[in-house]
Amino acid sequence: MLCNNCEERDAVVHLTQIVENEVTQLHLCEKCAAAKGIETTVAVPKHPLGDFLHAVQQQATPAAGDQVRCAYCETTLREFRASGRLGCAHCYTAFESSLRELLRRVHGAGKHVGRDYEVPEGGDAAPEPALATLQTRLQQAVAAEEFEKAAALRDQIRALE
Amino acid sequence: MTLDLSLLPDGGMPWITASGAHADIVLSSRVRLARNVAGFAFAPKARDGERLRVLQQVRDAASHADLLSHAVLLRVDEMTATERRLLHERHLVSKELAEVDAVMARSGAAVLVGNEAALMVNEEDHLRLQVFRSGFDIAGAWARASRLDRELGDALPMAYHREFGFLTSCPTNVGTGLRASVLVHLPGLVLTQEIGKVLAGLQQMGLTYRGLYGEGSEVVGNFFQISNQTTLGRSEDELCDHLSRVVSHVVSKEEEARRVLIRDAGYIIEDKLWRAYGTLRYARSLGVDEAMNLLSGVRLAVGLKLVTGLSVYTLNKLLVFSQPAHLSLAEGRTLTESEASLARARYVRGVLAGEAGAA
Repeated sequence: MLCNNCEERDAVVHLTQIVENEVTQLHLCEKCAAAKGIETTVAVPKHPLGDFLHAVQQQATPAAGDQVRCAYCETTLREFRASGRLGCAHCYTAFESSLRELLRRVHGAGKHVGRDYEVPEGGDAAPEPALATLQTRLQQAVAAEEFEKAAALRDQIRALE
Repeated sequence: MTLDLSLLPDGGMPWITASGAHADIVLSSRVRLARNVAGFAFAPKARDGERLRVLQQVRDAASHADLLSHAVLLRVDEMTATERRLLHERHLVSKELAEVDAVMARSGAAVLVGNEAALMVNEEDHLRLQVFRSGFDIAGAWARASRLDRELGDALPMAYHREFGFLTSCPTNVGTGLRASVLVHLPGLVLTQEIGKVLAGLQQMGLTYRGLYGEGSEVVGNFFQISNQTTLGRSEDELCDHLSRVVSHVVSKEEEARRVLIRDAGYIIEDKLWRAYGTLRYARSLGVDEAMNLLSGVRLAVGLKLVTGLSVYTLNKLLVFSQPAHLSLAEGRTLTESEASLARARYVRGVLAGEAGAA
């Protein structure tokens, strides 16, 4: 969100004002807030993770996207926002649109320009399904009363655990 | 298990020898790369069995990598809290992997320690590859880390995204996954009160600082860890070059501050530093922070050539071996804080007496 005043910097101070029974919201960057004499109690994060979580908090409008779930590891966007940690590589695809904005804030850039990597032959072709996926399939098999398939899946899960 | 540190090349601390450039100011240079093996959930989310399989695959891949072919595997998940803490005190494992406050570390937590590189397994990311160098040598650390990364990446499929680069558990590391850092001792800048400006400058340059023991640790004894803050949108070479350039500026600022100190406050400084030496040499009880602050003073005295006959290597050793878990392991039992203070003073006295002639 941009500062309502300068419309240049990110707003970090969110002010709710009540003037003549009318509630107005004002979003300001630190500089404009200071210029208006508004005390900012924004802690200045010293560590990257602090900065990052700070950015996550800023971004966390109670949006509908909160329930978005990674199909692979079952992490939800809400969980990610609370912990700052993604569950698996597929989360990057599942939460792509939220992450783009976040990465831009945290890194000031959105695209990798470092080492280009070719995944070695055979490596990426058939990654073994993770437990969460197998468990979902197991539940589906049980629900559909496909017991032979369920037994095979159960064995696969045991082997993994 | 009993931790046999004699198995570790250089005790796992190739930087401790103080053989590198500017070693009295820059203790060590480090490059770390975060990687995840494709096909598994990231370590904190993975099941025990998955983490153990990651560990097995990483071991296999590492056995073919030059820098790790003779590495020693330490199973952090089988260690006592004191042993894990000791590895953390040597900067071989992060606080997260060591889980120093927990009874057990997470299953599959391990570290492979080679001559020039160490590989943390099942930390927040499956792999945290680290290369340490003595003194100021980010370029040397990066060259080795890069080579090892290629060797491991050829043998193991890593999680990689065309747009976001190498994928990591925390998006603050995504892209290059690279964190280059130096551990620097800046007493001159602290005493001349220039340090605030320097630290603020670092942040403007996209760098960040922490204490001796990384994220969340306080700055004690004027030791600062300076590192890049962002990992995405710049190449590995750019990140390393940028850090090197800024740090070399910081080092020259520190040298300048030391000259100012000697010029403007010569006898006051000299008295302060000798008092620090005297306390370390004769005290009967030393707290951990107290010892680090006094060691900082003596390190400055050695840098200014006021104290001679005491090597930077000895100072590095004193800094690490006087940490709590090191004392506990040397004494063969867990020490209370006051017992540790006595043991610390005894240890420091012993080492300094051995190197006497300094006066």
